[in-house]
Amino acid sequence: MAAPLPEPAVNDRVSRIQIDRSCRQTVVWYMASAVFWLLAGSVLALVASVKMHAPGFLADAEWLTFGRVRPAHLSTMIYGWGSMAGVGVLLWLQARLSRVRLPLRLLLPVTVVIWNLAVLYGTVRILQGASTGIEWLEFPVEVLAFIGFCMGVIIVASVLMFVRRQVKHTYVSQWYLFGAVLWFPFLYVLGVILSETDAARGVAKAAANWWFAHNVLGLWFTPIGLATAYYMIPKVIGRPVHSYHLSLLGFWTLAIFYNWAGTHHLIGGPLPAWLVTVGIVGSMMMFIPVITVAVNHHLTMVGHFHHLRTSPTLRFVVFAAMSYTAVSFQGSLTSLRAVNEVSHFTHYTIAHAHLGVYAFFSMMMFGAAYYILPRLMNVEWHSARWIRVHFWTTALGIALYWVGLTWAGWQQGRLMNDPNIPFLAIVEYTKPWLHSRSVAGVLMAAGHVSFAWLVWNLIRQRGAALIGPTLLKRRKGA
Amino acid sequence: MNRSVTIALGIMLTVVLSMAGLVLIPNWQFREMEQHKDDDGNLWPVRLEGAEALGRAEYVSLGCIYCHTQQVRPAGFGADIDRGWGMRRTVPRDYLFDKPHQLGTMRTGPDLANAGARQPSRDWHLLHLYDPVITSPGSTMPPHRFLFEKITVPDRVPERAIRLPDNSGWILPTSRAEHLYAYLRSLDKSYELPEAPQ
Repeated sequence: MAAPLPEPAVNDRVSRIQIDRSCRQTVVWYMASAVFWLLAGSVLALVASVKMHAPGFLADAEWLTFGRVRPAHLSTMIYGWGSMAGVGVLLWLQARLSRVRLPLRLLLPVTVVIWNLAVLYGTVRILQGASTGIEWLEFPVEVLAFIGFCMGVIIVASVLMFVRRQVKHTYVSQWYLFGAVLWFPFLYVLGVILSETDAARGVAKAAANWWFAHNVLGLWFTPIGLATAYYMIPKVIGRPVHSYHLSLLGFWTLAIFYNWAGTHHLIGGPLPAWLVTVGIVGSMMMFIPVITVAVNHHLTMVGHFHHLRTSPTLRFVVFAAMSYTAVSFQGSLTSLRAVNEVSHFTHYTIAHAHLGVYAFFSMMMFGAAYYILPRLMNVEWHSARWIRVHFWTTALGIALYWVGLTWAGWQQGRLMNDPNIPFLAIVEYTKPWLHSRSVAGVLMAAGHVSFAWLVWNLIRQRGAALIGPTLLKRRKGA
Repeated sequence: MNRSVTIALGIMLTVVLSMAGLVLIPNWQFREMEQHKDDDGNLWPVRLEGAEALGRAEYVSLGCIYCHTQQVRPAGFGADIDRGWGMRRTVPRDYLFDKPHQLGTMRTGPDLANAGARQPSRDWHLLHLYDPVITSPGSTMPPHRFLFEKITVPDRVPERAIRLPDNSGWILPTSRAEHLYAYLRSLDKSYELPEAPQ
């Protein structure tokens, strides 16, 4: 049992309030926009999901054909929901950890507007049929200029905070955030140049495509997600992170190995064998950072799991952190040729991607929002019930999603590798699981609506003044 | 301050190295890749032009990639060749002119690397695009009726129109549908390459 932490000094509290006030406009705007895109992306997801088992649904509207709705769903979720929530959390965490006020307070809110317009424009263009046709980079190339500008401003803000930091010691979250903010713009610019222009030839474009796409998860969402976990878990349970050295080991091994994993999306494909082998090795080496982070988080949490009953933040964050371990193990194993021979090209991969982007990253962002937004708005969440609805619908939804599609995908792959089974028989086999995916999608979307309702009320200042946090259950004796 | 610079450099180094390793080096390997001239003097793969190139743009715009791959895995790895999706594995040279690449990652539908070689029929492809269950019962592919005009009055039926099997009328493909067919028909990797014997 760790000793209770000493009460922070009064000027500490004042400085936190000042920092939060400086972040308010930018961070709330980023996160509210993210919630909007989460809802839009959910609608697109449901349309795409229903189309997979009822192809006649909305079939005569060209802009709603499956091949357009699906990339529109991915793009709004990645660039709208995930990235905008990520930027909001990233800026707030950096300000808090560096103990400095958010810089560029005039320019940063402008980037929110530009970013939103860029995502809106890109999504409309995809639905109109102007997609680039490159997975994860479907937005027309001009969108790069706008999001690139925003990222430029965000880099400057991050560097300013890091350089001006008032704390000598750099906490592990700062490493991850600094990494994310430098990696993503580089990836994005080079990803577009190498996979969309003639800078790379033939299938080198495909290598660039998957180097980029895998690293959006690995070097953008993952570091922001892990930085959040490293901040929120100790903060909520009031106990320092278990090991400083483990966290540094985890950071640098992730930085070195995750980069190289992307070509496992091309196993069996028309690329030099060594290139795919490198991707597999990179994927296997990922066991090191993943186990390191899992051990570190678990040893921090030990003896404090009872907080999961009360703290909404902790509940989402711990769910997300466990999903990170699960998705990473699954990812490393899936890169093995024997597994990939079956799982590649099936719903198994779709389930895996959602375990990463949703069960890990999105749940982490929900947890972060439950902590950050009340502090920025000076109002508490108005209803613990809606938070519970949010948690259980999304947790059960993603569980159902993953189980159904992983099973369906694995069977799909096995059947596909048996040439005696007609292709349409495989299609028939997967149909019930595609229905289960739609049910899961409805559950998750219901959770998103509850979350949006909570955020809406918070922003409208409908809630008790911030004195203590909203708890899911009363603490004993409180 | 010095420390921030070191950290930033370390962070950038990791990603620059992976880009060099995974993209720039293979790209350098492909620098001298050219079409292969066969014994009859034909060059392979063929650079798409005209209707076929326009059809490829339709293929990209309609997002066919989200359910169809265009790559044949080698014999002994999956059953791509046994399923008749190709006579040989596909190799980097097959994709010399592909922009954007459409290798794909999902097989909700079958691989299309050799779609034209496997199924050359214009009627089949156009009926399948109009409503996939006509040719493939149980298919979950979306119908692309918006690429066609339906004709129900039997007088003045253009020659290009195709009779629907249920006798409910004819479908007249728009130029977009014709281009798409031209592209699908062109998907044929049955030519031989020295690095990929059949």
